[in-house]
Amino acid sequence: MTTEVLKAPLVVEFPFTRSLGPVQSAFLTGLREQVVLGVRTADGRTLVPPVEYDPVTADEIRDLVEVAPTGTVTTWAWNHAPRRGQPLDTPFAWVLVRLDGADTALLHALDAPGPDAVHTGMRVRIRWAAERSGAITDIACFERYDGDGDGDGDGDGGHEVADHDGQFESMVTGIVAQARLDYSYSPGRAQTAYINALAERRIVGERCPSCRKVYVPPRGACPTCGVGTAEQVQVGPGGTVTTYCIVNIKARNLDIEVPYVYAHIALDGADLALHGRIGGIPYDQVRMGLRVEPVWTEGGRYPDHYRPTGEPDADYETYKELL
Amino acid sequence: MTREIAVVAFAQTDHRRTSEELSEVEMLMPVLHEVLDRTGLKTSDIGFTCSGSSDYLAGRAFSFTLALDGVGAWPPISESHVEMDGAWALYEAWTKLLTGDTDTALVYSYGKSSPGSVRDVLTRQLDPYYVAPLWPDSVALAALQARALIDEGYTDEPALAAVAARSRTDARTNSHAQLRGSVPHGEYVVQPLRIGDCPPVGDGAAAVILAAGDRARELCERPAWIRGIDHRIEAHSLGVRELTDSPSTRLAAEKAGAFERPVDTAELHAPFTSQEVVLRKALRLGDDVLVNPSGGALAANPIMAAGLIRIGEAAARIHRGESDRALAHATSGPCLQQNLVAVLEGEPRHAQ
Ligand SMILES: [Zn+2]
Repeated sequence: MTTEVLKAPLVVEFPFTRSLGPVQSAFLTGLREQVVLGVRTADGRTLVPPVEYDPVTADEIRDLVEVAPTGTVTTWAWNHAPRRGQPLDTPFAWVLVRLDGADTALLHALDAPGPDAVHTGMRVRIRWAAERSGAITDIACFERYDGDGDGDGDGDGGHEVADHDGQFESMVTGIVAQARLDYSYSPGRAQTAYINALAERRIVGERCPSCRKVYVPPRGACPTCGVGTAEQVQVGPGGTVTTYCIVNIKARNLDIEVPYVYAHIALDGADLALHGRIGGIPYDQVRMGLRVEPVWTEGGRYPDHYRPTGEPDADYETYKELL
Repeated sequence: MTREIAVVAFAQTDHRRTSEELSEVEMLMPVLHEVLDRTGLKTSDIGFTCSGSSDYLAGRAFSFTLALDGVGAWPPISESHVEMDGAWALYEAWTKLLTGDTDTALVYSYGKSSPGSVRDVLTRQLDPYYVAPLWPDSVALAALQARALIDEGYTDEPALAAVAARSRTDARTNSHAQLRGSVPHGEYVVQPLRIGDCPPVGDGAAAVILAAGDRARELCERPAWIRGIDHRIEAHSLGVRELTDSPSTRLAAEKAGAFERPVDTAELHAPFTSQEVVLRKALRLGDDVLVNPSGGALAANPIMAAGLIRIGEAAARIHRGESDRALAHATSGPCLQQNLVAVLEGEPRHAQ
């Protein structure tokens, strides 16, 4: 059987709230104040961006120094098609920049008219973002720098790093990192068939060719035997509550009054219980063995809930294997 | 005393741009059946199962538990999972076999990149404070490395194009590969890398069976003995690393014994052409070594499986008698951040 596989957009989006260590806190707060801090390692190197622990010895490192807002490109790559979230929305160069006074390089974007205007060894300086909050994006990007020196105004090309106590007013102690990824979700062959049947108000599982169990919903494989399932079997619509719980906390974006009952339901002919909400009966009268049937709302592609059929309760022996 | 452990079977899917008609378990299961069939083993005969995958690729939470449906994990099996390429799952299985607890292990991994945008997905593995907020995609980071190699005279754009062409030409004999034969080198994606310098994006799965000692000899005519395997990682910050070199690869190779005797074949996990240049240098591979006869990751790069496939391809050549001593390499993270090296050998062949 060939049917069009279902597909739907899926956006996974969440903010990560992250706390900062003392070195990260000083660095990001410094960016807010247009000050770039590095950290000294035991062997006297200055790391920018600074880290909490020495990348070689893993020692805790805390000695902060101020480096220049100017530096040298150590490598670059021309990005003609910026992607969502990247520092600039016009074509730009990704660059690693060794700031004057630092021994390591910082990754960021370089605003330039084209790849011919960029080369390794070119001098650049920070372009600060107009609004700064204590984040790596407080550096809007780098731009070409034509001054001879290191930008510290003393006219010499070298940069003497100065110790810094890392203290600023109202230190930034955490960041909120937004993450968003877009997918086109497809549930695969078995679940597509299941979902399409549901829209026609039929519940269709798949039988394992080896142990003969019927899985609802089917996932395309028998988890016991590790073999593919293909034979479709219509089950239900009646079923038995095998176990249940009473939900007392309202879920966000869910328009269901609490308390309500969420149950495992063994549909007639199925060898695996699925779960669904029980309606049409007070929550405190739901019980194991209760006979139920699905209720589709007008235009609904899947059962909204299950309600009692009025049949006598099922005998425990008939569903104990499905608990 | 160290136990002798070998790769005794390998199987992989045909790697394709999309496999949307299949769920992950539907994609994986045929490979599991194939690798078991090659040895005559059943799930219940396997002592330890270890897998590698990442939920971020397809945006499916706990996909590795659903993938277990394809194994048949009842009665309960001894099982583990790494959120890494399957090569690292193989490393865990190898250590498990070393303990003597069991004689056989099943290792599998899979990746479905087609539902998402893998260039963006991979940004989520970067330093969340200083790097991830800039969303530097995987091609951009590889391009920074490629530029450094060109600037320091290790390669140039025509040489990179030649790596791409050789890989896809070699892949003509690999029916599983996604890109085979003559493939246009195309426009810049992120300069200096062109489309042809980048791996194809696709879906796929692979599986390997490991066995110890005499059990390996029973299951396979010519086992691919793992003479050494090691993995090493470098600092996560790109600006701290020497991008034109791979000290972690070299150290892993040294620990795995790769430099004790020459290898005849190397399967390198170099998703970008420029990374093959770095790896050849770090591994001191001469022109007499056959590199990526399968076409490598430039011909098929199912993320989370492509490293395991390198070990599988190297082992399969030994099984077939086409190699006597092969090196397999797997990588993880941006710009070859973390590297695994395995040295595989077949026993001397005697005239029939
Ligand atoms: Zn079964």
